Amino acid sequence: MRLQYPTNIKIILVPCTGKIDVLHILHAFEKGADGVYAVGCMEGDCHYNSGNLRARKRVEQAQKILNTIGIEGERAQMYNLSSAEGPRFAQFAVEMDERIRKLGPNPIKLAQKKAA
Amino acid sequence: MCSEVKSVEGESGNFEVSLVNHPRYIDPVKCTACGECARHCPVTAVNQYNMKMDDRRATYIEYAQAVPLAFAIDTDVCIGCGLCENICLANAIQYDDKERETTIKVGSVVMSVGSRGFDPSGLDYLGYGKYPNVVTSEEFERILSASGPYFGHLMRPLDREEPKSIAWLQCVGSRDINRCGNGYCSSVCCMYAVKESMIAKEHAHGDLDCAIFNMDIRTFGKDYEKYYLRARDKEQVRFVKARVHTITEIAETGDLVLEYADETGVMKKETFNMVVLSIGLQVQPNVAELAKRLDVKLDKYNFVNNKSLAPATTSRPGIYACGVLQGPKDIPGSVTEAGAAACLAGVDLVESRGTEISKVEIPEEIDVIGQDPRLGVFVCNCGINIGGIVDVPAVKDYAATLPYVVYTDENLFTCSQDTQDKIKEKIIEHKLNRVIVASCSPKTHAQMFMETLEACGLNKYLFEMANIRNQNSWIHSKDPEAATKKAKDLVRMAVSRAVTLHPLHEKKIPVVSKALVIGGGVAGMNAALSLADQGFPVVLVEKNEKLGGMANRLTVTIEGEDVKTYLDGLIQRVTSHPQIQVLNQSLIVGFSGFQGNFTTEVLVGPGMYERKINHGVVILATGATEYRPKEFLYEESKNVVTQLELAKRLQEKGALDLNRVVMIQCVGSRNEENPNCSRICCQSAIKNAIHIKKLQPDAQIFILYRDIRTYGSLEDYYTEARKLGVIFVRYESEDPPGVESSEEGVIVTFKDHILDRSLRVSADLLVLSAGMVAEDTEELASIVKLARNSEGYFMEAHVKLRPVDMATEGVFVCGTAHSPSLLGESISQALAAASRATTFLCRPFLTLSAVTARVDTDLCASCLICVRSCPYSVPKINEEGLSEIDIALCHGCGVCAAECPAKAIELNWYEDVQIMSKVDALLEGVM
Repeated sequence: MRLQYPTNIKIILVPCTGKIDVLHILHAFEKGADGVYAVGCMEGDCHYNSGNLRARKRVEQAQKILNTIGIEGERAQMYNLSSAEGPRFAQFAVEMDERIRKLGPNPIKLAQKKAA
Repeated sequence: MCSEVKSVEGESGNFEVSLVNHPRYIDPVKCTACGECARHCPVTAVNQYNMKMDDRRATYIEYAQAVPLAFAIDTDVCIGCGLCENICLANAIQYDDKERETTIKVGSVVMSVGSRGFDPSGLDYLGYGKYPNVVTSEEFERILSASGPYFGHLMRPLDREEPKSIAWLQCVGSRDINRCGNGYCSSVCCMYAVKESMIAKEHAHGDLDCAIFNMDIRTFGKDYEKYYLRARDKEQVRFVKARVHTITEIAETGDLVLEYADETGVMKKETFNMVVLSIGLQVQPNVAELAKRLDVKLDKYNFVNNKSLAPATTSRPGIYACGVLQGPKDIPGSVTEAGAAACLAGVDLVESRGTEISKVEIPEEIDVIGQDPRLGVFVCNCGINIGGIVDVPAVKDYAATLPYVVYTDENLFTCSQDTQDKIKEKIIEHKLNRVIVASCSPKTHAQMFMETLEACGLNKYLFEMANIRNQNSWIHSKDPEAATKKAKDLVRMAVSRAVTLHPLHEKKIPVVSKALVIGGGVAGMNAALSLADQGFPVVLVEKNEKLGGMANRLTVTIEGEDVKTYLDGLIQRVTSHPQIQVLNQSLIVGFSGFQGNFTTEVLVGPGMYERKINHGVVILATGATEYRPKEFLYEESKNVVTQLELAKRLQEKGALDLNRVVMIQCVGSRNEENPNCSRICCQSAIKNAIHIKKLQPDAQIFILYRDIRTYGSLEDYYTEARKLGVIFVRYESEDPPGVESSEEGVIVTFKDHILDRSLRVSADLLVLSAGMVAEDTEELASIVKLARNSEGYFMEAHVKLRPVDMATEGVFVCGTAHSPSLLGESISQALAAASRATTFLCRPFLTLSAVTARVDTDLCASCLICVRSCPYSVPKINEEGLSEIDIALCHGCGVCAAECPAKAIELNWYEDVQIMSKVDALLEGVM
């Protein structure tokens, strides 16, 4: 469908969102990512039964941890769609881009700049 | 593809099929589906796929998921301008493509030509084709689709406004002898109308009023009733019992006025923004002609509908039919029947199995352990799909600067055969031990590149792809500079991961070529016979003394086939088959192993001695039984019987002593205890009612029902029953009939909606249409670790796509152990299960995916989190007290690896370091 979405989004392939670890999400923020989101199958339609439900929980957990260390938890998000919903995928990308732009850069980056 | 069958000569096992191959003008082998031809084509044509609601080009692909993924030219509209030929870098355009005739030799033929939706243009009172906001369900399906004409936005055609109210009209082109001659029920429309209403509500902004006008709601499939109740009670979809007789448009607004008589006969008018006609399924005239050419008989509606107890067969031996061509049915039914047809075709071909296989020679693997990574990066232009946006030479040069990269190249089409050969050369020449292809989606192309690696001795898991087309050039086509930058990022990420890769080996496990069938009813026996006829030994375990199960209690099918004769023949064939061993009065007490290698412990009666059976597959056929009613004076009055008891009585005693009979539907179904529909009881009642009427025409019969669910061609019997004078009266679940005992029999009180008053009927016999209940399989399910739904039916791996597979590989389910079904449907499932089982049994080895989880036992803290989190219950705590994951059972989802707090579990090919390396590479230099 070649739907356009922002170029600042890069995809990392996992077999199931259930493979995504809280550590992976936090690691990305530590390295300077401004936002991280997971896109899984529709709830109830997970190819591996329940991986996407676990992913949602882990994203929520990552959000809590981020909040406690002064990074806005909403920089991490979980989305669901079916494989036939290209336009929704693009919509999520735009949504995420807008959300992050409102929040500005990852505070870790700013802190480090200040320190330097 | 693009071919038609002209004739099929010969006989079962030896057919000669003549085909007409229509030209497609684009070579599907050369075409890379890049889509440049369509982008440059100046011709606009109507897009049939989106139900004529938008356009396509003259060079086109029907839809994005089409197989083969290759374009064609629609010469009806092509103006022959030559642009596509000039633009196609793959040289796939061939204007001089000609119609050809070919003949092939085959042993069996399967017809699966499907159907089209009914065209309602001829039904003038519905205004289809006249009023833009009256659409068919097929059109509405496209409207709701993200790839449809409105990109998934809920809009009506006239003004592209979002409707606030939509009406669905059921049975358009179905159950209608007056206007279109289709007396059958299309079986699928009730469910899809409910689905469309639910999705429309999801897509709507604000409130949307959905009303489904129906005669009966026929949600008879497994767990379908629960979905209907959710739509009705939770989503407030309205279900109106009426057939709309006139639709008129309000010219100013485009809204539609529906006129109908409600259940009490009062004329009503209601206005909606949009109307969806739930059109039925219909075999197309050209299919009827095809059947004639193939000498396959069709019924009066042009369905094959051969013999109810011989599903998937046709009137011509060796030719099979499945799907809607056989009779209207939904996707799970079609997929199941396809399995049945494949099974029957396979049995015919058993002698020649494996004779036409060409073997791929794979060289010995190069040992790369201990070597420094040597990476080769191949950047694809994909014609101009990537190269037209992304600066490919710059990406290639950038790749050369990355660590461990020793070779880089760019290709016009990396997927073409000559490039594959070039890659092989370069792997050997430069001693590459990791390969990265920067091109398109690994979903479509990784497998092919991995085979290329394998073909020159490199382990195929030493491969990585960067998707710089679908995830880059296509979606950032308006910003070439940013796209080039992103392509470099993606290549850097891929290179970084490639460095962390190491060889993985797919384990080969031998298969025990023997099957275990649990349950000796009609389904179990059919499954056993189909496997045994293909030469596979079968052990059939039956808990009772006698084979036959529930069928022992059946008399005739509604079509008039004698069940006892069928069953006797079946039992005879099973017990005398040299490949089948029947274990009666036997009980499963132990189970272990994995696909291809199971061991089951059985206590074999009557002595109850223990036996261990090694087998490669399991087929569950444990069946179901008739519900024993607790309601309506059953077992209190001798004049209250179930449908099964009535059928037996009619056979033994006839019906001459019956003057008035009342039947009550949905006893033990569609209630709180069992929310599902039992599927078969409506036809049982009608079958018995017709039988009584034939024996005793003066008998008065009342059938008290909630919805009559005589799906498919069973509808004809419902029509026949009404013609014979059987009286059907609808009751509400909140207001069930009252039953009291009397001297002559029973007195039944119920409300007649048309007369709008209560009736008291004194009957000789009250017949309860008792639903179906799954056999008690609690113990079996816990021994074999099988999932069941809340009503005790086994749960298949996927409702639509894997209807007879269980989630555990190598275990299959059929018959009423899956859900209530008719005898013919059970047989169809049994054949499908046998067909699926054959895919395991016919191979000497199974190759298991290398993408599985593995435990580092030094790190394992035995916390049980993996045991609890695995969706397939694979991890076990072994004798040493540590977690152990059987790779033969692991599905490779990685949930355990992500949950493990000690990080003792890694998922092969998706190890933490492999995922993190991409994150690190992406964010290099950010901090």
